[in-house]
Amino acid sequence: MRIALPLALGVTLGLLASVPAFAADTKRLAPKDVEFEFEGPFGTYDRGALQRGFQVYKEVCSACHGLDHVAFHNMSEEGGPGFSEAQAKAIASGYRIPAEPNDKGEIMDDKGTRLTRAGIMADYFPSPFPNEQAARASNGGALPPDLSMIVKAREGEAQYVYSILTGFHMTPPGGFKVTEGKYYNPYFEGWNISMPPPLTDKGVTYSDGTAATIDQQAHDVTTFLAWAADPHMEDRKRMGFGVLAFLVVLSGILFAAYRKVWKDAH
Amino acid sequence: MGAVGVAMVAWPLIDQMNPSAAALALASTEIDIAAIQPGQQIVFKWRGQPLFVRRRTPAEIASANAVDVSTLPDPLARNAGKSASAPATDADRVVKPEWLVLVGVCTHLGCTPTVSTPAMPEGDFGGWLCHCHGSMYDTSGRIRKGPAPQNLAVPPYAFLSDTRIKVG
Amino acid sequence: MSGPSTYNPKSGFEKWIDARLPLPRLMHDTMQTFPTPRNLNIWYTFGGILTFCLMVQIVTGIVLAMHYVANAGLAFDSVEKIMRDVNYGWLMRFVHANGASMFFLAVYIHMFRGLYYGSYKAPREMIWILGVLIYLLMMATAFFGYVLPWGQMSFWGATVITNLFSAIPVVGGHIATWLWGDFAVGDATLNRFFSLHYLLPFIIAGVVGLHIWALHVPGNNNPLGIDVNSPQDTVPFHPYYTVKDAFYLCLFVILFAGFVFYAPDFFGNPDNYQPANPLVTPPDIVPEWYLLPFYAMLRSVPDKLMGVIVMGGAIVTLFLIPWLDTSPVRSCRFRPLMKQFFWGLVVVCVVLGYCGAQSVDAVKFGIPMVWVARIASLYYYGFFWVIMPLVGWFETPKPLPASIAQSVLGDSAAAAAE
Repeated sequence: MRIALPLALGVTLGLLASVPAFAADTKRLAPKDVEFEFEGPFGTYDRGALQRGFQVYKEVCSACHGLDHVAFHNMSEEGGPGFSEAQAKAIASGYRIPAEPNDKGEIMDDKGTRLTRAGIMADYFPSPFPNEQAARASNGGALPPDLSMIVKAREGEAQYVYSILTGFHMTPPGGFKVTEGKYYNPYFEGWNISMPPPLTDKGVTYSDGTAATIDQQAHDVTTFLAWAADPHMEDRKRMGFGVLAFLVVLSGILFAAYRKVWKDAH
Repeated sequence: MGAVGVAMVAWPLIDQMNPSAAALALASTEIDIAAIQPGQQIVFKWRGQPLFVRRRTPAEIASANAVDVSTLPDPLARNAGKSASAPATDADRVVKPEWLVLVGVCTHLGCTPTVSTPAMPEGDFGGWLCHCHGSMYDTSGRIRKGPAPQNLAVPPYAFLSDTRIKVG
Repeated sequence: MSGPSTYNPKSGFEKWIDARLPLPRLMHDTMQTFPTPRNLNIWYTFGGILTFCLMVQIVTGIVLAMHYVANAGLAFDSVEKIMRDVNYGWLMRFVHANGASMFFLAVYIHMFRGLYYGSYKAPREMIWILGVLIYLLMMATAFFGYVLPWGQMSFWGATVITNLFSAIPVVGGHIATWLWGDFAVGDATLNRFFSLHYLLPFIIAGVVGLHIWALHVPGNNNPLGIDVNSPQDTVPFHPYYTVKDAFYLCLFVILFAGFVFYAPDFFGNPDNYQPANPLVTPPDIVPEWYLLPFYAMLRSVPDKLMGVIVMGGAIVTLFLIPWLDTSPVRSCRFRPLMKQFFWGLVVVCVVLGYCGAQSVDAVKFGIPMVWVARIASLYYYGFFWVIMPLVGWFETPKPLPASIAQSVLGDSAAAAAE
């Protein structure tokens, strides 16, 4: 029985956690100080940015990165990108999902290829790789992380993701040697990132006419990923406002009662 | 009699928490080490824990041998394949000097130490650094500095061929 | 204080119940007419706030357990399902997660209040001991709960904390294996932690019952630390303290809601949104903020067993406080010297918390933080084991007021009330 798999290759092969905290010279730069529409107590997601961001994810990121926790029906739900139900169905059916066994019990065709079917609203975004080993094998040993929670799972949140996406176009300082097969990105811990620069100017064509600069694409896809990580944010902030208003009124009433009861006691 | 009765009831309740036969069955595993380059470490999984297999360079082996064992914080080999009193010489921690096989669990509080390479040094001794509480290990996996009390454990293992080992 | 009961059943049904299970009488005597010192300040409202916190955690916890799956392969995804798919699941989870932090915030204020006003001194030692026991159970419950989402911080937090037991000579390794149910933290560990996380809050509720029972024997201490000696010194618990507690509870809930709705991940760690990976330790592992001072003590000692002893001793010390304090005066209001040392302790605990959050080799303002933690740990121990006994002997306390009523109402009013 061979259970041990060369699962996680050595830290030298560039796992995300391989952070040389003791080598202060390659400590990551503080993320860029960019602002997003969804920040602040009343911030909401920009629908245009969400839809454009989805396009960037679909056309660029999804080649390597999964979005495991997002389902197609989420795309038309309130607080999300604001696609219509028909649009969300069209998005779903554009994806191929590994099929359930057919009535002969087969999941492969004659040539040994995995049978697939069109996606439906209940499906989740399919992973670009069948398993972690396949993902690493296709990416020089590095594992492209799933993006469902990426904005919450990194210190610096949306600003961090934005900075990584826009942080490639700099020349490394003299003396810093970029490891072979890696790319220089000072916003990434250790400065060597396994991801090649994903965005190019006009790399996607936006149907709403927005100019697809790198900064614009990074802003849009970051907004989309922020929503993917926190799909109930708008609902939460709205409810919070109501709850706090209720509590403030209640505390006013309680304060009046408190003063009245204690009027003669001290 | 009463005490015996209570003990008889208590023991199953206590022992149920110990590793089951299924967990014990995973205790032995075979791994292929052919792909590891000199100077490189690959992490495998053994009994749910990381297992370090490091193919050491001659320089790393030399630096491991240059240490005076009597100056080490933990003078014992901690090698499951040797006697419990074996000294922590480099020879007593390996089967073949080129291959260092270790349980990748810091003996302090169980974190996975980060490997040191000439390109990305970690710690002061060229071996490993545990980022949790700062324990530093040398190129033989021996504790040199920090709160960890023992050298990184050497699991029981044997070479089945030049490129294959059986751990456990 | 708990004196003869003033409960007077009126209806036939009340009399019938009272003769069989005098629960209404208990409620009446403990929550309605219970004579409570009239000078309790804002810091005395935290007992009620803590009861509220416990109830919130139990209710939201039971709801979350209906959707959570305690399996190493499914736990992380099931939490995400709660956050995304379950109706109001995100609300339940954020209330539960932030509720833990709110619970500890309240318990720390409650404990420092007890320390400041000498509420642990005779005849209230048992209240204090039960309180420290609750605090210990809270830490265990919080630790088990933090493991359940099975993120990176959950996993490695569980690894580090369970490995503390391996510091015990000879049997330590066996104890760790026994706790894990495997050779490392894994599926078996997660399952038993879930079982215990569900159990312990009810044990806490039981000890809280004892804590309140013990409180109702001598009655409340008060900011003056002097005994109640006339009816003018007290007011009935209801309506005076029910309304006061309700008002301050409402303010506390505003703070709570602020975090839940506007900064729900404030107390969280980004690493815990990554699924547990047994092969990769996150670069900076930190426990939850409420455990940081103890974590800083653990790390300040460069020896495994001694570190664990220093950390454990810090908690054991709390149990002994009633006997370490030698002063006959309870309240720090009348203890000019002790007051200074008390605030020193508050600062030291915050400093320790800060040190615990830094990486192990951090240097701030040119000072290695590990040395700051060492000095702070020394003060922590020194406060309880040296300062407390000595100051009690050498300090000259300020004169105590004659009575609570005189202090609150002034001489004439107290006389008029006679």
